[in-house]
Amino acid sequence: MSTMTKPTVPAPRKPWAASPKDRGETAGILAAAILISWGLVAATPLKGKLAYAAVFFVAYLVIDFAVSFRKAGRPAAVDSLFRSLVTTAIAIAVTPIISILVTVWIRGHKGFHWTLFTKDMHSNAFTDPISQGGLLHAIIGTFLLVIFAMIISVPIGILTAIYLTEIRGRFTRPIEFLVQAMSGVPSIVAGLFIYAAILLPFTKTVNGIQGSLALAILMIPTVARTSQEVLKLIPGDLREAGVALGGTQWRSVALVVVPAARSGLITAMILGVARVAGETAPILLLTGGSGTKNFNVFSGSLGSLPNYVWQAFSAGTPEAIARAWAGILVLLVIVVILFTAARVLGNRKVGKK
Amino acid sequence: MHFLTSSNWDAVTNDAGQIDVKASHFGIAAMLIGTMIVAVIAVVVGVPISVGAAIYLTFYAPNAIKKIMVSAIDLMAAFPSVLFGLWGFFVLEASGEYWAKLLNKYFSWIPFFKLPAPYVSRSPFIAGLVLAVMIIPIVTSISREIFSQTPLDRIQAAYALGGTRFAMLRAVAFPYARSGIVGGIMLGLGRAMGETVAVYTVLNIVYQVNWHILFSAGGNVASMILLKFGEASPYEIKALMAAGLVLFILTLIVNSLANLIVSRTGKSGR
Repeated sequence: MSTMTKPTVPAPRKPWAASPKDRGETAGILAAAILISWGLVAATPLKGKLAYAAVFFVAYLVIDFAVSFRKAGRPAAVDSLFRSLVTTAIAIAVTPIISILVTVWIRGHKGFHWTLFTKDMHSNAFTDPISQGGLLHAIIGTFLLVIFAMIISVPIGILTAIYLTEIRGRFTRPIEFLVQAMSGVPSIVAGLFIYAAILLPFTKTVNGIQGSLALAILMIPTVARTSQEVLKLIPGDLREAGVALGGTQWRSVALVVVPAARSGLITAMILGVARVAGETAPILLLTGGSGTKNFNVFSGSLGSLPNYVWQAFSAGTPEAIARAWAGILVLLVIVVILFTAARVLGNRKVGKK
Repeated sequence: MHFLTSSNWDAVTNDAGQIDVKASHFGIAAMLIGTMIVAVIAVVVGVPISVGAAIYLTFYAPNAIKKIMVSAIDLMAAFPSVLFGLWGFFVLEASGEYWAKLLNKYFSWIPFFKLPAPYVSRSPFIAGLVLAVMIIPIVTSISREIFSQTPLDRIQAAYALGGTRFAMLRAVAFPYARSGIVGGIMLGLGRAMGETVAVYTVLNIVYQVNWHILFSAGGNVASMILLKFGEASPYEIKALMAAGLVLFILTLIVNSLANLIVSRTGKSGR
């Protein structure tokens, strides 16, 4: 009986994980593709970084396809090809982001100094040396414009979304259509509209609130659409549960649906602000670009960051261009801070739920 | 109708410095065509990249990479358009010109890529590339949002039937997400058609119908309005308003058409 064997328990395996052999294969394919691209660029008249990239890309796709085809047949080969394609897509999508951030930093920090935040441009021209003047007025202006645009558009946008998803009255379809149509309104058209509707007949001059109104026009559809998408995702069970507990529709919307969708609604708000914070075209038409601090949105020309950048860029001298990049840097930092803050806020609410 | 079909923009002033209403005539055909060309380039270049990126982010990316990239792309959607304009002017322009020359060298048998004269700077092609970069984050984040809503049980069912990831995408995710993606593309197209500042910065606005996308002349209704607004007389401003109206109607038509498509594919897809 000594030949009786113990039942063997196989060690748990992870068949989906990459084995050393798989990794070696991937490395091999990469190496082969690099070799081919190097060889082809050396041997043929193709030249430059672009040629390397293109040849490498094609070579990688072909070799990868062939290897997977040999290993597991056509479906696996197609799968692997598709994986390479989408990976390339994300690489291409991310490249400009990195390029933009690096460019803004490299070109912006030269023109940057802390007195930018304490001085304005009321006694300086854009072509003055960069150490003179600043953009305090522009920061104040942008802040005011965005705040007033938010005050106008966030309630309208979110209430519209609630009407569209929760109330579902008789006008749901036409309003949905209008909101969708409005989301395609080009910013310059919003500017022209306010110009024709308010500036020409009434005020006849530039001021801040006109800019805020134009920005609000652009913000409402973004906020409404995004909120609507978010509210649609809230499962019907929640609404039914709210009503089944004896709540009226108002209570189930206000106490169940909206809190459940809170993080999404905040995201909607951010997207709205993000859409308009750097909006330049309507600002150029409506608010003027004063270089003096102005806290009153209802009268007087109001400078703003996009306007500052635009004027500096148009002035065209090296000093002015440095100013433009410094302005862009500040604008970008503000956008990034806003964005991160809202992100963190939105995430925390989700965690609490 | 003359306004839509003519390509002249002449504001004639008489001796007294007043605008001569009879002699002045305005037309925006060149600008309209220019707008379409630039927007189509943006969509053709931008959409495959964004949809691919969205698929990668939803179905392929490891979690850590996914978080970083999603934030980066959402952040990019918040970049101001004037930033894209400056970036396009100072950075992309150089590479874009090189790519344009390559395209012209190897593909000049396609009529679009012919060059009437060897000037490739500030062309519709480069403006289209800048717009493509601008719509990538929008289309990506919308497509990603839609893809991530694909019902998990269907995804798992596809895998359980022995499908590869691509087979799952084709059988489950694409049909589910198709309508939403069309919606995202529509938003991208709308933004590309109405973009003002970035195009104004990058494009060399010239009043002629130009089908050669690599040639240094193009137009865009929105940036034309901005270009002319500064020195426009009240009469000319009326014409600019009309141009704005045309642009508005154009975007409205595009959006409505896309909405129709969305509502139709939405039913068959789900």
